[in-house]
Amino acid sequence: MAKLSMRERYSLLTRDLDWTPTYVDPKVVYPYTRYEGIKIHDWDAWEDPFRLTVDSYCKYQAEKDKKLYAVIESFAQGQGHLHLTDARYINALKIFLQGVTPLEYAAHRHFEYLARHLDGPGPRFAALCQSIDELRHTQTEIHTISQYNKYYSGLHSWSKMFDRVWYLSVPKSFFEDAITAGPFEFLTSISFSFEYLLTNLLFVPFMSGASFNGDLATMTFGFSAQSDESRHMTLGVGALKFLLEQDEANVPIIQDWLDKWFWRGYRLLSLVAAMMDYMLPKRFMSWKEAFELYFEEQMMNGLFPDLEYYGIRPPRHLEQAITEKDYMSHQVYWLLYTFSHAASFNTTIPGPDELDWLSASYPDTFDRHYRPLWDRAQRLADSGHRFFFRGLPTLCQTCQIPMTFTEPGDMDTISIRGTEFRGEHFNFCSDGCKWIFDREPEKYVQAWLPVHQIYQGNCGGATIPEVLAWYGIQNGADNGEYLTSPDKASWDQWKAAAQMGASR
Amino acid sequence: MSTAPTTRRVGVDLQDSEDTHALVEAIEADNPDVEVAHMPGLIRVTKAGQLVIRRDSVQERMGRDWETHEFQLNIVSYFGTIAEWDDDKIIIKWEH
Repeated sequence: MAKLSMRERYSLLTRDLDWTPTYVDPKVVYPYTRYEGIKIHDWDAWEDPFRLTVDSYCKYQAEKDKKLYAVIESFAQGQGHLHLTDARYINALKIFLQGVTPLEYAAHRHFEYLARHLDGPGPRFAALCQSIDELRHTQTEIHTISQYNKYYSGLHSWSKMFDRVWYLSVPKSFFEDAITAGPFEFLTSISFSFEYLLTNLLFVPFMSGASFNGDLATMTFGFSAQSDESRHMTLGVGALKFLLEQDEANVPIIQDWLDKWFWRGYRLLSLVAAMMDYMLPKRFMSWKEAFELYFEEQMMNGLFPDLEYYGIRPPRHLEQAITEKDYMSHQVYWLLYTFSHAASFNTTIPGPDELDWLSASYPDTFDRHYRPLWDRAQRLADSGHRFFFRGLPTLCQTCQIPMTFTEPGDMDTISIRGTEFRGEHFNFCSDGCKWIFDREPEKYVQAWLPVHQIYQGNCGGATIPEVLAWYGIQNGADNGEYLTSPDKASWDQWKAAAQMGASR
Repeated sequence: MSTAPTTRRVGVDLQDSEDTHALVEAIEADNPDVEVAHMPGLIRVTKAGQLVIRRDSVQERMGRDWETHEFQLNIVSYFGTIAEWDDDKIIIKWEH
C-alpha cells in the first residue's frame, strides 16, 4: 500500500474521527461557544497548515524531549551552573521561571478545556496538542529550576510564590483574566495576542540572552519550547483569521479583544524590557531594538496590513507603547531595584560599562533622566545606605504593576488615572489599563491586589519580615542587593576555587 | 491562497544547529535575495515576498531523507503566515 500523503493522513486521522451528534443537540455538547456573540457558520473552514496527526505529533515531540534531556543531563554532569557569564544573570532567569512556569501549567489546563469544548475537530485537535505541549514546557522548566535550585537562591518555592508575591501577581492576573474569559476571547488573548503578536518579544530575546550568557539549560528548554511555539503561533493567527472570515459581526468583537489584549500583554512585557536592558550581564539587543524589530517591523508593517483586509486596525494605545520604547525599561528596572527587598531575586546598580551601553542604546533619554538616578543610588550605596523604597506602592487595578510609568513622553510625571465604580475609587497606570477596566468593571473590581491584601491582614502580618515569611522568601538570601547576596558569595568562592584548580 | 505574494517581508528564526545550516543553504538556493542574519543561538532568515522551503533541496544538502514535518524541530519563530505545508514544500507569505 502506498504511503499516504500528509493531506490524506490529516483528513483520515484528525478530521474524519469526528462525528455529528444526533441523539443530543450539538448545542448541549458544545455549550460554551455561543455566549460571546461570535458567529461560526462552518467549523470545517478551520485550516491547520501543520496538518498534524497524532502519530507525527508524538514522533517529533519525543525527539525534542530526547534532545532536551540529553542537554540537561550534560549540564548537570559538566557543572553547567558555573559556566554563566556572571551569577547576577540568574536573577533574570528567576523572574522568568517564577513567572512563566505556572503560566505554562495554566495554559495546559485551558487548552485541554478548549480541546473538549470547541465545536470543530480541527481546532480541537490543535488545542489538544497545545495542551500537551504546555504540560511538557511546565515539566522542562521545572527540571531547569531543579538544576539551578541546587546552587542559587530564590527558586525553591516558585508555585507558592506565584500565588502570593506582588510582582508575580502581574503574570498571574494577566493569565487568569484570559482563562476566565470565554473560549473565543481566550483564543484571541493567548493564542493570537500573546503567542503570535507579542511572543517574539518574550522568547526570542530571552533565549538569545540565555545563549549569550552561558545559560545552556534555559537556552535548551527555551528553544525546545519555542519549536512548539511556531505551531501555537499558527493556531493563534489561524484562529483570528477564521473568526474574522466566519462573520462580519465578529470583526468589532475581535477588534475590542485585540485592543484589550495588546495592552495587557504589552504591560506584562515591561518586566521583560527591564530584564533585557538591565539584568543580562552580556547584552545583545536593547528592548527598544527588540520592539522595533519584532513589533514595529514584523507586526505593524507585516501583520496589520494583512488584517486590514478584514477591517481590523492597529491596536488602541499603540502610540503610547511606541513612545515608551525609549524609557520603559528604565522605569521598570528602577522599580525592581527599589523593591527587591520584598522580592525573590537580587538586583544591583548597573556597572560603568553597562551605564555606557544604556546611554548608547537610549541616546535621547538615558543620560538626561536615568543616569543621574543611578549616580544618586551609587552615592547612597557607597555611604552604606543602599536605597529601598520603604512603604507600599499604589498598584494599577488592571495590570497590578505599581505606579511607576510616566505620562507619555514626559519622564518626570508619574501617570495615574482614576475611575469611580459602585462608590469606590480605582487607580490605573495608563489610559490603556483604565480603558480595559471601564469595559468590564465587574470583573476587575475582584482583582487580588497584593498591597490591598497586606493592608487587609491577609499576608502574614504588617511588617516586611512577616510578609516575606508568608511569601516563602528567605529574608537576607533570596531578596535585596546582589553584591551582598549569598549567590554572589558562592559564585566568588566557586570561581576562586576554579582558578586555584587551574593554576595548580 | 492563489494571490500573488505581497512585497512585505516574511521570515523565520531557526535554531543554530548542523541541520539548520543545511536548511539555510537550501533556503538560500531556492529563494534569491534572502537575508541571513546570525544572533546568539539563532539564525534569522528573511525575504521580501515569500519564503519557500523545498524538501528536495533540503534532502540534497542534508544527505538523507527529510520530511517537511521535521521543520518543526528547527523553527523557533516566524512572521508571515504559513500558506502551504505539504509533503514537498512549505511556503510562508502574507495573505493580503
